[in-house]
Amino acid sequence: MTIAVVDYGVGNLFSIYNALDRIGAGPKLAREPEEIAGFDGIVVPGVGSFGRCMRRLTRFEEPLRRALEEGTPVLGICVGMQVLFDGSEESPEEGLGWIRGDVVRLPDSVLVPQMGWNTLSIKREIEILEGISDEDFFYFVHSYHCVPEDRSVLAATTDYGTEIAAAVSRDNLFAVQFHPEKSGEKGLKILENFMRFTRC
Amino acid sequence: MLARRIIPCLDCDLAVPQGRVVKGIEFKQIRYAGVPWELATRYYEEGADEIVFLDITASSDRRETMFNVIRATARNVFVPLAVGGGIKSVEDVRSVFKAGADKVTVNTAALKRPEIISEIAEEYGSQACVVAIDAKRRDDPAEDRITVPTQQGASWFEASFYGGREFTGVDAIAWAMKAEALGAGEILLTSMDRDGTYDGFDILLTDAVSKRVRIPVIASGGCGNADHILEVFQKTGASAALAASIFHYGEASVGEVKSHLAERGVHVRI
Repeated sequence: MTIAVVDYGVGNLFSIYNALDRIGAGPKLAREPEEIAGFDGIVVPGVGSFGRCMRRLTRFEEPLRRALEEGTPVLGICVGMQVLFDGSEESPEEGLGWIRGDVVRLPDSVLVPQMGWNTLSIKREIEILEGISDEDFFYFVHSYHCVPEDRSVLAATTDYGTEIAAAVSRDNLFAVQFHPEKSGEKGLKILENFMRFTRC
Repeated sequence: MLARRIIPCLDCDLAVPQGRVVKGIEFKQIRYAGVPWELATRYYEEGADEIVFLDITASSDRRETMFNVIRATARNVFVPLAVGGGIKSVEDVRSVFKAGADKVTVNTAALKRPEIISEIAEEYGSQACVVAIDAKRRDDPAEDRITVPTQQGASWFEASFYGGREFTGVDAIAWAMKAEALGAGEILLTSMDRDGTYDGFDILLTDAVSKRVRIPVIASGGCGNADHILEVFQKTGASAALAASIFHYGEASVGEVKSHLAERGVHVRI
């Protein structure tokens, strides 16, 4: 048993693959919807535009939903977090809507994209943030950010012109706006936490 | 709050099997510095916020060496890895990403065919497309140039391509603005006058560009010590500082530079 990385034809999966490999998670790339069943955990990456990601992710929607309902831990990263919401100002496509709320553009007062290392403000202790503190930096690259309707899903925020949702969770669904696979040892720690959670 | 980034840059000569890192002065006088993936791993462990590889050989028969260098690096380095040199198409971008890069830098190809910026941004997102600009100060301003006041009068900056070997006549500051409009996610701005000199960053150039774009600017060229990085962060809106020689030849480690900055009030990741 191992962790599947949904390979739906967007962006670069090799960084997340390498990071999961480094921590011993035994990653497998899942290129077809039927390939994501039977894993300990599933990672949904995402790079580029919301619309492009959604169009290509649609065919994975049903098996992902099923896995989630069966209790398989799922981790969305960056645009892979944004697609969990209802929709985005970036594109007309509907999101998966598994977390209520919208994705909006970063404020005009800051450089867009937010590109670089920022700290978290942890709101709620969740499994994947174990051992992580407000002093730790994570690598963010994004032009849009998620605004959950129900603030109780927020696990951590970051400050970039406004309060940005950095990590959300609900039951076995987790998502982070930053890139744990590119956030040095602390990022690997988050992936290790996710891996440990998938195996308990 | 977003931290300012410190980015070691590895200029790679891929004429030998593992590749080798070299560094010149004002784009000439090349010196050997080490094996690319080993240096990258050391900088990662010292706290580098990102690593940039530039293939300065950039001829097509050495591409396979570059892929091997990227692959070996990506297995050991868990911060963003930008790769540039000789990238001409979205197909080239795909192959360096496949090897494990996270961003590409384009220079010559973008000056020759600016639409490549939009093509990369469309396929991989703006954040994946860094436009590298090698700028040379010129003291003969014409009316259509963006000028900056200097002690010698008004200067403008000319963009160069082919690794500084040829000049384009293109106004580097205007080109940065156009690159942003086309979808660039970041500008890697190198002063050719300062590169490898240890004289400090070109503050006027960095300030002129960072004031005119709303995307991050990486200051490059001339870094000789940690105070130069402090200066460029205090006097300009640069989001990141790139340096090569000071890290390669042991003037300072990435960690030492960051401590120096943090002690003087610059927000960096430690």
